[in-house]
Amino acid sequence: MTGLAGTRRLTRLALRRDRVQLPVWLAALTLLEYGSAVSIVEGYADPAERTAFVVTSANNAALLAFNGLVSGDSVGATIASQVLLIMLVGAAAMSTLTVVRHTRQNEETGRAELIGSAPVGRHAPLTAALIVAAGANLVLGVLAALALVACGLPAGGSAASGVAVAGTGIAFAALAAIAAQLTSGARAANGLAAAAIGAAFLLRGVGDATGDVRGVRVDPGWASDLSPIGWAQRIRPYDGDHWIVLLPLLALTAAAAAAAFALAARRDLGAGLLADRPGPPRAGRGLRSPLGLAWRLQRGVLLGWVVAVVVVAAGMGGVGDAVGDVVASSDAVADAIGRLGGGGSPVDAYFAAVLSLVGVAVAGYAVQALQRLRTEEGGPLEPVLATATGRPRWLAGHLLIAAAGVVLLLAVAGATTGLVYAAATGGNWHLTGTLTAAALVRAPAALVLAGFAVAAFGLLPRLVTAITWAVFAACLLLGQIGQLLNLPAAVLDASPFSHVPAAPVAPVTAAPLVVLTVVAAALTATGFAAFRRRDIG
Amino acid sequence: MTPVIDIAGLVKTFGTTRALDGLDLSVEPGEVHGFLGPNGSGKSTTIRVLLGLLRADGGRAALFGADPWRDAVALHRRLAYVPGDVNLWPNLTGGEAIDLFGALRGGLDETRRARLLDAFDLDPAKRCRTYSKGNRQKVALVAALAADVELYVLDEPTSGLDPLMEATFTDCVRELRDAGRTVLLSSHILAEVEKLCDRVSIIRAGRNVEAGTLAELRHLTRTAVSADTERPVTGLAGLPGVHDARVTGTRVAFDVETAALESALRHLLPFGVRALTSTPPTLEELFLRHYAGAR
Repeated sequence: MTGLAGTRRLTRLALRRDRVQLPVWLAALTLLEYGSAVSIVEGYADPAERTAFVVTSANNAALLAFNGLVSGDSVGATIASQVLLIMLVGAAAMSTLTVVRHTRQNEETGRAELIGSAPVGRHAPLTAALIVAAGANLVLGVLAALALVACGLPAGGSAASGVAVAGTGIAFAALAAIAAQLTSGARAANGLAAAAIGAAFLLRGVGDATGDVRGVRVDPGWASDLSPIGWAQRIRPYDGDHWIVLLPLLALTAAAAAAAFALAARRDLGAGLLADRPGPPRAGRGLRSPLGLAWRLQRGVLLGWVVAVVVVAAGMGGVGDAVGDVVASSDAVADAIGRLGGGGSPVDAYFAAVLSLVGVAVAGYAVQALQRLRTEEGGPLEPVLATATGRPRWLAGHLLIAAAGVVLLLAVAGATTGLVYAAATGGNWHLTGTLTAAALVRAPAALVLAGFAVAAFGLLPRLVTAITWAVFAACLLLGQIGQLLNLPAAVLDASPFSHVPAAPVAPVTAAPLVVLTVVAAALTATGFAAFRRRDIG
Repeated sequence: MTPVIDIAGLVKTFGTTRALDGLDLSVEPGEVHGFLGPNGSGKSTTIRVLLGLLRADGGRAALFGADPWRDAVALHRRLAYVPGDVNLWPNLTGGEAIDLFGALRGGLDETRRARLLDAFDLDPAKRCRTYSKGNRQKVALVAALAADVELYVLDEPTSGLDPLMEATFTDCVRELRDAGRTVLLSSHILAEVEKLCDRVSIIRAGRNVEAGTLAELRHLTRTAVSADTERPVTGLAGLPGVHDARVTGTRVAFDVETAALESALRHLLPFGVRALTSTPPTLEELFLRHYAGAR
């Protein structure tokens, strides 16, 4: 079929371009699965404790909404109830980003035009993108299943778990292929695909939270039936392995892929089906400065993070009440939370633990926002610096947005957690202020990563993307599993987050915060100085 | 008077590549200066040094008599720049980009903005991602030309424009010249430079090969002469300054150096000239000779 001519070559091109990105995704998700499985295998070795934990989880709507379906109290089923949902969302995100990267992004940059002028079939680029995404998901499914088998879990349930992950990822790859036909910009296509993932997550959250509880099993409500993620959960790994749910996932995949190909055949290269609306012919007052430009370029990312943080923090606040019961039912959980959060009352320890996680995540926002520096340098920075805009002023604009974003996101996370907790428990409103302050204690550490990104941009501009994300990933891993792996203190101390007081459970001392702030400032100053001294381009 | 641009012995290296290798360039106030060279000869690198985006490794570069690296911001208030490869923000409209550049430079002339949008037939309400290369170029041109500044630095500004828009651009540059503004026009389109420029600098591989007014440069070149005579011409090939003489019956064609033109014509007269055409050298030929020598 000539419509597919060149698919093999384009597939190889896509794999070549993704030779770092996809392995990182696969490794990160596999590690996540393995790390969570190990902690549950070790933490819930006692069947009675495990059953108590599962029953508590099944009877808490907020836990169900954010952790996913509870189905069975075997070790494997308990792991699935804690980590399967994250794996499904992770696979979906990896897939949609991959498909958009190799379809709409190529069209937006004009690469697709060059490719299209070669003897390449009309459907070859989309087919190649789907092949790469599907292949990545199959590999992920196998790796995830192997990680579970490596923890000593039954092969059948491990395979079911892996298949659910791969099937969901592939279905979202096909949905992303539709999104890539609709918009003319890659960012907008990624936004649409992310919205689809978010909607699927929320629908099944509502369904799971409103389901019927039968002992250690939950039968989700009808809302879950509307969500591909909801379908995938019903495979119930280690609890019957209901392979039948693969059928709707496969049907959705086939239908979405067919729709995407049909849409692609009806439109011009480079055009989207949703027409670009004309915009303002004049720049508003807010745009007419380096800071205004930085805000305009960054606001979409920040808005997305605010929404995500509100949703996650509401979940964290909502389950706070249940945590006391869970901790009471298991010494192992108390130990685990205690390790993460320091000590003190179980609820405070829980909040300290989740806020630490939020702190690292928000540092991820800062790193993501500051990638814009390099994007701009590859694009319109040159004519901007040829105006009366100095380099420090331009850099300061983007840094200011990123730093203010960190503070805003932490404040929103703390306040939302506190408010939802207070609403759920019918009181404790004073905790809102406490938790907001506790969240803001994480700001200096997050700003150290922002400072590091600025320093990298000044000193090693070509490597800035790779090294900033690598450092972020290292901080995340050290914080989450460093102690579980019994790493030496010197290694753990390399992460700025290791020095953050575990508020609200531990007392806040000024010294570490001052030191972190000074480090952040020094890194930032280094970046500014280096950027002033180097060539642009 | 201080030259607007004064570059001497400029050196810039990228790793082991010597992009600029002792380049000289001098632009006087009020002149439209053509900056010619093939792709990769160092034109854009020179401009980036002048804009303080790159740091020179050797030699001297002065803009308005000041250091373009140290005094970048102050100097940039006095110039407007059109990059060779126009990159814009995909989600901003063309009009927003124009206003933004104007504001960053310290203001732009509103009437000129409106007039230029009209002249270049540009829709400012479209998102930059939907613009073609030519339209992106127009956004950069309108943004630069609407600025009321002393120096306009234009790096291959017409590379995406159609002939009609090229004519509009030519008019705009003539207006700037009439208003006494200085223009540095980098190009490899020779007709454009010939039409607009008072003086020309030609560079190759990061080094000057020629600089001067077009008239001066033509001194170095040859006029093509062809004539129809009553009797076949003899003895032409031996004359100093005459090249490629070809005689076929009563027709003769040859190239002659400008300095030897008079003696060559005197030589023709005794053979009874019935018709004579002479073609002044185009910059194209000048160009070809320089780069032919390079290979």
